[in-house]
Parts: sequence; structure tokens; C-alpha cells
Amino acid sequence: MKLAEPDAKMLEEVGQLAEVRGRSLWADARARFFRNKAALAGLVVLILIFIFAMFGGLIAQYERDFVDFSLMGANAYRGGPSIETGHYFGVDIDGRDLYARTVQGTRISLLVGVVGALVAVLVGTLYGATAGYVGGRVDNIMMRTVDVLMSIPFMFVLILMLVIFGRSILMLFIGIGLISWLDMARIARGQTLTIKNKEFVEAAVATGVKPLTIILRHVVPNLLGIVIVYATLLVPQMIIFESFISYLGLGVQEPNTSLGALMSLGTKQMNNGTLWMLFYPLFFFLITLFAFFFVGDGLRDALDPKDR
Amino acid sequence: MLAYIVRRLAVAIPTILILVVISFVLMYAAPGGPFNSERPVPPEVMANLEAKYGLDQPMWRQMVTYVWDVVTRFDFGPSFQYTDRTVNDVIAQGFPVTLTYGLWSAIVAMVVGVSLGVAAAVRQNSVLDYLAVGITIGAQALPNFVMAPILVLIFTLWLGWLPGGGWNGGQWEYIIMPVIALSTSYMASIARITRSSMLEVLNSNFIRTAQAKGLPMRRVIFKHALKPALLPVLSYLGPAMVGMITGSVVVDIIFSTGGIGQFFVNSAFNRDYAVIMGITLLVGVLTITFNLLVDILYAWIDPKIRY
Repeated sequence: MKLAEPDAKMLEEVGQLAEVRGRSLWADARARFFRNKAALAGLVVLILIFIFAMFGGLIAQYERDFVDFSLMGANAYRGGPSIETGHYFGVDIDGRDLYARTVQGTRISLLVGVVGALVAVLVGTLYGATAGYVGGRVDNIMMRTVDVLMSIPFMFVLILMLVIFGRSILMLFIGIGLISWLDMARIARGQTLTIKNKEFVEAAVATGVKPLTIILRHVVPNLLGIVIVYATLLVPQMIIFESFISYLGLGVQEPNTSLGALMSLGTKQMNNGTLWMLFYPLFFFLITLFAFFFVGDGLRDALDPKDR
Repeated sequence: MLAYIVRRLAVAIPTILILVVISFVLMYAAPGGPFNSERPVPPEVMANLEAKYGLDQPMWRQMVTYVWDVVTRFDFGPSFQYTDRTVNDVIAQGFPVTLTYGLWSAIVAMVVGVSLGVAAAVRQNSVLDYLAVGITIGAQALPNFVMAPILVLIFTLWLGWLPGGGWNGGQWEYIIMPVIALSTSYMASIARITRSSMLEVLNSNFIRTAQAKGLPMRRVIFKHALKPALLPVLSYLGPAMVGMITGSVVVDIIFSTGGIGQFFVNSAFNRDYAVIMGITLLVGVLTITFNLLVDILYAWIDPKIRY
């Protein structure tokens, strides 16, 4: 796909270079990103989903934990999606408004994904950059630790943690935070190894800048491109992971919900003919993941120096 | 090569020990024991029970005894929940099931994934390519706990072709749906990896040379391009195998196949520490072994790797 017309693309870029003098790495990446239609579409969808998750509750006609007893158990006949009743997405088996619940589920799923990515960016990047920059024995010990942690079946340990310490969103975040940074640390370290030998780092060392300052001021900003790409691709992984935990009944607890929990409820009622219980959460789940995939791929094409 | 294997093994052993310590500490910190029930047991009975299972010993003592038994006698101790069974029995019952459909899933994911990836790369930007990319993206996003009930709905309730669950000694009808549910997302990842690495290889000079010699396309692809293109797939196989064992938790629950995933979740809810420890350890050892095997295989095949 990328190499379809190398000559034309190259000529175009060379031509632009001659006209516009001096473009920063970021301006360059932005231009490349906005030329990618799939990525742009993904970004638009993502913004819409965020708006839905933040403000969708404003037009809900019912509270998410309001139980309509007249519809409880009868949602297959009278609880379908409809504008008139105000249940835009129908009601679930317990007579709760599915629209309000989907809004909240989307919010929680996004939150889980973003928290996971945030931990990865903060912890993983600093850890990897430190290991790569300091090098030697410290690097060896730090990366062996990552290797060891990666070999632990975290799914099993997390299930154990959730059973032992009780099920709560906090515990879920801790569990996700524990895993998410490992890959990022490896990526950041690998990238740091090449940055470390660049002249500007040498110059900083020669002028007597402290190692910590070099890592924060000179190494980390140069890692940002690749870090952003992998963080974006990490978000869907975390969302899937959460849905898995929620399916087992260990994730977000009622009356709160997540897309994973909603889908799992939906699959259980599938044979009752209340297909909307599965359809709406699944729809938001899938478009969220697709949007992140496409934006992540677009960012990679725009920012990752390896693929240029 | 031998030094590399030894070095990797030297890392594997402390990893397993750390795993033991983490799960042991977690379980020790847990409020409530396996014998806490709604009707409190008299303290004398409780003391006897704890003495029988060694729970009255200090924590380090329990841990040392446990590790010692596992290493020397391969004995994971008695189950707390099923009084007539040991953890070894539980594992012996569940693990072959998990292994059977896990291996089938791995084979299906590899064969279908690689074929799809190669086909998409060879006919780049054709309808086939777009279709393959579309399928792989969809399959990566659809969680298996959504796909599995849909499969049951179609093949069991509507068409009546396949049984909706159970294992029945591993007859093929019972294996099909678990394998589909488990392998699809890995098949998609393998297809994506194969496609991109195949594209890279097809653009390289030695392929151009092979084509310039006038070799038929089939021969170029299978004889020259496939082997280097499969290297990234190989490195993905380690994590994929591990993911399939983990994924068995969901498959076991939906299809009631009776693999170790089902035992694990049941034991976790029942605080059956001995079974939890046994399965966690088993999965941990498998994880490490798979990663080790893949790394060694990789180092052996790819001459560029310096170890």
C-alpha cells in the first residue's frame, strides 16, 4: 500500500521540501497523518465516541439504575428500541434503560483503556529510558526484571487478586497498570539505545548535564513519537482485556457497567430475541476498537521512523 | 548455542520462584480461608483441619514445604475443596483437555493465518487483500466470549449441526467450536504479521533475482519468500500459545469443556488455594517453556541473531 507509487510520492515530497523550507518532525508527521483517510476517519469516529461517552447521558430519558418494573422480564415484547418510549436502545432484562447504560459502559471502557495507556506511557517510558540510558549492569537487572514479569500469567494472577481483595474498579486499574507498561519499557529501551549515541546527548554530557536531566530533557522527548504510537495501540488491548475480566464477572460491578459487562449480559439473553442487548454495546465496542486501530496505524505510518 | 540455552534456563528458574512467592503471598493475605463457611466450624475442628493441611505453620514454612514437595515429588498437595482429590488429579483431568483444543487451535491459527497472510500479500491491493485485512481487523476486535455464543446460536440452536458444549472424550464435534472461538483472534494476528513481513520480503532483491531467473511465481513464493517471511510469525508463536492457554478460561466456561480454565475460576471463587497455586504454577512453567523454545528455535533458524 505504502509503496504503490514511490516515485510520485517521493517527487512530491522533494518538491515540497524545496518550496517550504524547514518543517519540524511534528508538522511533517501531522501532514502525513492527515493525508491518511482511514486514520482521519478513525480520529473523527473517536471524537464522536468521546462526545457520546461524555455528554450522551444528557439526552437519556432515564437514569441508568432506574428499574422499570413493568418491563422487567417483558423486555422481549415491550422493551425494544424506540424513540417514543425514550428507551432509544431498548431496555435490558431487568427493565433498565440500555441507552443510559451503554453511555456509561463506553465511558468506563474508555477510562480503562486510557488509564492503561497512561500508566504505560509514564512508567514504561521512564523505566525503559533509564535502563537504556544508564546501561551496563543496571540495564541488565532492569530488563531481566521485565522479562521475569512478562513470563507471569497475569490473567491468572489478576483473577486471583480480584477474588482475594474484592472486585473494584481500583483493583482492576491496579491490575491493568501492572501489565501494561512492560512492552512499553522494552520499546522505549530499544529506542533509547540509539538516541544515547547521538551528538546532542554527547553535547549534553560534555556540558555537564546530570543524567536524570538528560533522560527527561533529551531522551524522553525523542521517544515521544514511538511512545504515542504504541500507547494508541495499547488502548484497544486494554479495553479487550477489561471486557474479558468483566465477562468472568470480576470486572466493573453493578450498578456500574462496562461495554464488556453489557455484551456479556447481551450474549446470555441472545436466545430470548432481545438482540439489541448485544447489538448496541457490541457496536460501540467494535467501532471504538476499530477507531483506535486505524488511528494507531495512521500514527505509526506518520511517526515511526522504521517504516519510512 | 548451549551457553545461550543455559543462560535462558538460569533466568527461568528464578522466574518460577518469583511466581510461587507472588501467588503465595497473595493467597496468604486473603481474608477468609477455605474452611470459612456460613456455619462456623468449632475451633477444635478448625485447628484439626488447619493442622491436616499445614495451614497452622508460619508462612515461610508452608511455602518451603510446598516448593519442596513440588520439586522433589511433583506433588501439588491435596485440594481443599474436593476432599477426595489431590491437585494432581485435578490437573490430570483438566490439562489434557486444554492441551488438546489448545494445540488444535494453534495449528488452525497457524495454517489459516499464514495462508491468508501470504495470499493477501501476493495479491496486494486486490479484493482478496482488502477482504483478508477486513477479516483480520474484525477478528481481532471481536472478543471470543461474544463470538462463542453466536457460534452456539447458529450451529447448535438454528442448524443443529454441533453440540453446544461438553467434551465427551474429545470427539471431533465437541472440539470444533472451542477451537474456532479460541483460534480466531490469533489467526488474525498471524495473518497480519505474515502479510506485512511477506510484503517486505517480496520487495527484496533476492526475490527480484529469483523472478528474473524466470522461476514460476509459485516456486518463488514457497521456496524463497516463505521461510524468511515466517520468522516474525515464529516469534509471535510464544505469546500466542500462552494466550491460548489463558483464553481457555472463557472457552471452558462457555462450552463446559472441563479444561483447567474452568477449574481455575471455580477454585478462585471457592478459595481452593492448592488448586489455584497448582494451575498458576503450571501455566507459568508452560509460559516460560514456550517462550524459551521459541527463542531457541528463532536463534537456531535465523543466522542474523547473535546470542
